[in-house]
Amino acid sequence: MATIGLAHYLAVAALLFGTGVFGIFLNRKNVIVILMSIELLLLAVNINLVAFSVELGDLAGQVFALFILTVAAAEAAIGLAILVVFFRNRGTIAVKDINTMKG
Amino acid sequence: MTMIKAIVFLPLLASMVAGLIAFVDCGTDKDKKHRMDAYAQYMTAGVLLACMVMSWITFYNVGIHGGDAYTVKVLSWIQSGGLDINWALKVDTLTAVMLVVVCTVSAMVHVYSIGYMHHDPDVPRFMSYLSLFTFCMLMLVTADNLVQMFFGWEGVGLASYLLIGFWYNKPTANAAAIKAFVVNRVGDFGFALGIFATFVMFDSVNLDVIFSRAEGLSNATISVFSGEYHAITVICLLLFVGAMGKSAQLGLHTWLPDAMEGPTPVSALIHAATMVTAGVFMVSRMSPLFEYSDFALQVVTIVGGTTAIFAATVGCTQFDIKRVIAYSTCSQLGYMFFAIGVSAYQAAIFHLMTHAFFKALLFLGAGSVIHAMSDEQDMRRMGGTWKLIPVTYSLMWIGSLALAGVFPFAGYFSKDMILEAAWAAHTGAGNYAFWMGITAAFLTAFYSWRLIIMTFHGKPRADEKTMAHVHESPKVMILPLMLLAFGACFAGWAGYSYFVGHDAAHFWGNAILVLSDHTALEDAHHVPAWVKYLPLVVGGAGIAMAYVMYMFVPSLPEKVKRAFGPIHTFVYNKWYFDELYDLIFVKPAFAIGRFFWVWGDQKTIDHLGPDGIASTTQDTAQKVSVLQSGYLYHYAFSMLIGVVAMVSWYMIFHVG
Repeated sequence: MATIGLAHYLAVAALLFGTGVFGIFLNRKNVIVILMSIELLLLAVNINLVAFSVELGDLAGQVFALFILTVAAAEAAIGLAILVVFFRNRGTIAVKDINTMKG
Repeated sequence: MTMIKAIVFLPLLASMVAGLIAFVDCGTDKDKKHRMDAYAQYMTAGVLLACMVMSWITFYNVGIHGGDAYTVKVLSWIQSGGLDINWALKVDTLTAVMLVVVCTVSAMVHVYSIGYMHHDPDVPRFMSYLSLFTFCMLMLVTADNLVQMFFGWEGVGLASYLLIGFWYNKPTANAAAIKAFVVNRVGDFGFALGIFATFVMFDSVNLDVIFSRAEGLSNATISVFSGEYHAITVICLLLFVGAMGKSAQLGLHTWLPDAMEGPTPVSALIHAATMVTAGVFMVSRMSPLFEYSDFALQVVTIVGGTTAIFAATVGCTQFDIKRVIAYSTCSQLGYMFFAIGVSAYQAAIFHLMTHAFFKALLFLGAGSVIHAMSDEQDMRRMGGTWKLIPVTYSLMWIGSLALAGVFPFAGYFSKDMILEAAWAAHTGAGNYAFWMGITAAFLTAFYSWRLIIMTFHGKPRADEKTMAHVHESPKVMILPLMLLAFGACFAGWAGYSYFVGHDAAHFWGNAILVLSDHTALEDAHHVPAWVKYLPLVVGGAGIAMAYVMYMFVPSLPEKVKRAFGPIHTFVYNKWYFDELYDLIFVKPAFAIGRFFWVWGDQKTIDHLGPDGIASTTQDTAQKVSVLQSGYLYHYAFSMLIGVVAMVSWYMIFHVG
């Protein structure tokens, strides 16, 4: 049984990141999916940071990961709050209806 | 010496002060406005009366007393290479005569305007323009070089424009002002070219220098469009084009009748007595050049003779009282020019002087009539007023007698002198001018009495309200007329021996040069008796015919009109000059302007330039704005592509 090395972690992170990206682009339903996709992107980055931190024996990466978790939590809270207000105002959170920035 | 400066510059000062008064805001305060009007009127009129007295003193000193001519330098103006021009006032007999004419008529018109323009809302502006005109005219007649003369020349043109268009609410007045300005541009272009040619030939524009070099260059040639021509002839013809414009000679006369849109005092001052005679003055001033060009003199004679007869025929058919007198002015200017053409400059200036008096009198008299008839100018709606306005009536008689050349009024002396000189010249052009002049003299008498009879006699043709209102003009208007009438009575008799008689040589000094083989003026004293009496006879015949046609057999004019249908139509429409010019110049000018506007400006420059760039920008922006879909994932996607591209680029080219 092969040992789980850096490459495995990076592969998982890349898969997670790809899932997140496609979650944003292919999603036509609602904004919550986008928020979840952003969480996935952040987690993918976190896995990278922790993997490299262990590999290189440098704690800074893990400290960064903790910071990112904090930021992600705050972002999720604020994002959901905005979403609630948005729904109250517009009555929908379907992504295809959110195009008021159209030129 | 300082007196001449005072004569010239006081009117400028008066004009500026009156102009400042025009800016005083009176609001609704009627009393204040009347006070301001009075300040402007009495100040300018007072200044002009002072100038008038000073001009008489100058005239006595330089002319009658036979004092030397002198030049007063005021300022240095232009110094550039060989070109050296001063502001300088040249005073000789010719100038002195013009000073008397300009200052006297101008002063009378200023005084008359106090009454005539009484009701006008813009009195100070009017007085300011009048004084400005006087200043420019004085600058013109005292010029010691051609450029300064040109300054005065343009200045009077400007003042004329301002005064014709004085009632700027009237579209016809504006059109007439523009017409006067544009037609004069044609003449001024000739004058300017003449000045350039003079500088090329004589290397100076100073009159004294030019005259002293004229004899030496009398055979010189100048190349024009690669042909060689006699230089002095070219210069003289160019200068004469300028004179034709200002003096309304045939071809460039069309502005003068239209200029009657201006207030009547303006017509009297500018379009009868002074400005329109500037051409006559200028050609006389340039006599040392014209004398060396027989061809130019012949052209002057023929143009003058033709204008005299042309304007006289038109004058017989018009119904607007001011237009009749305007055509009469045009005709009399023709007389002056053909006098010049036969080298009788003195006679021309003599007629200029007498004409200034009686024509100003006629115009101001007509103004008095118009004033009495509540601003009616059409003679068909006048008549039957001679008992109501006897003073104006008798003054108009004096003016007409002088105009028709009846002994012993002013016109008799000067006009006969001109006709005799034309006959005595014994040249083809001279004879042509003589017979044209005689015919015109007949017509002059005819239209003058036609005017008097239609205006004052017969049954009243105005409505009752106007007739009830007919009144003699106030004293302030009648007194200037009296003085002009005095001049119309005695100017000819008093001036005869000085201007063209025994004392002429002493009187003129060196102001006018006549070559010794041009003896028309001398010979004019020895013409056969029939030549002497013919003008008087045809004048009498003209008066008689007017009486027959308009007083005794009022049905006759209609019959004559029907008998000579086409001729009458031709003359009544002023020989179709306006229509012809409209066809040849005005319409094509409009067409060319429209072409350049539509095709050159709108469809080429605008289309490719500003409009083109604007619409291209708009099109591009429209296309690019499609990218702004408003969907968040589109933006995020393009961000991602950007990041990928940047990272790839970095990886490929900068790492490893």
